[in-house]
Amino acid sequence: MTAPLKLCVRRTDVVTSAGPAVEVSVVLPSDVRYIEESVELMARHCFAGYRASSRLRFRLQVTLSEALANAIICGNRQDPDKQVSIRAHSAPDHIELVVTDEGFGFDPDRVATSDAATEVESQCGRGLYLIRHLADRVAYNKEGNSICITLGRHP
Amino acid sequence: MEFSATNLESGVVVVRVEGQLIVGNRQELKALVQDALDEGKRRFLIDFAHTGYIDSSGLGALVSLSRKIRDQNGTLRLAGLNEDLRSLFELTKLDTLFAIDASTDQALAKF
Repeated sequence: MTAPLKLCVRRTDVVTSAGPAVEVSVVLPSDVRYIEESVELMARHCFAGYRASSRLRFRLQVTLSEALANAIICGNRQDPDKQVSIRAHSAPDHIELVVTDEGFGFDPDRVATSDAATEVESQCGRGLYLIRHLADRVAYNKEGNSICITLGRHP
Repeated sequence: MEFSATNLESGVVVVRVEGQLIVGNRQELKALVQDALDEGKRRFLIDFAHTGYIDSSGLGALVSLSRKIRDQNGTLRLAGLNEDLRSLFELTKLDTLFAIDASTDQALAKF
């Protein structure tokens, strides 16, 4: 990774009714080369102090990776002047990930979430399909440029 | 480096994916296999025993490679998928498209 831009990370400890939680935010450029590093960074913060199953770690890695790819490619259209933000709320019973881009948004109901093997490299459709099947809950903001992924800490 | 290729005496090219296969590096895998195809290689085994996770672009790259290899009358087998990785192929029904073996030894025995 030789690009000069750096990730901006903020971590805040908060107290909720369910116990201590952590909020982490990361801002990254619209460049797919930053996805892996961002995912590992968020995973490290979200699992710090918790016993996480390999399955939960895998679900976080795949869903966040997909959401970032969609934000960078489909949302910001890889515009170097635009950024993608990640906000994570890591609580004792769940992890909430919010990925927001600076694009025009989309209507999630109008995106074909195909699993068809014939649709080669259909970036947004197959990515959303995986997110919806691996997450416990998926929601979007009204503008369609922000996705909220909830992962329960169940085994 | 995420990808490495080993040319076996049997003519099989074993490609190891170490780390992730995602949108940021899938072109490297495609280029590696394409180079081997250009050299006349036709039998490929992709080993995922040391792979963390695969995203939809990575799955798409595998579908694309499968077609390219098949178009050249070649063979592609996958091996070493753990339970989580295997679940991605099942979710997307790609497990029906690929020849998947538990281990590289099992896969190599079937070429």
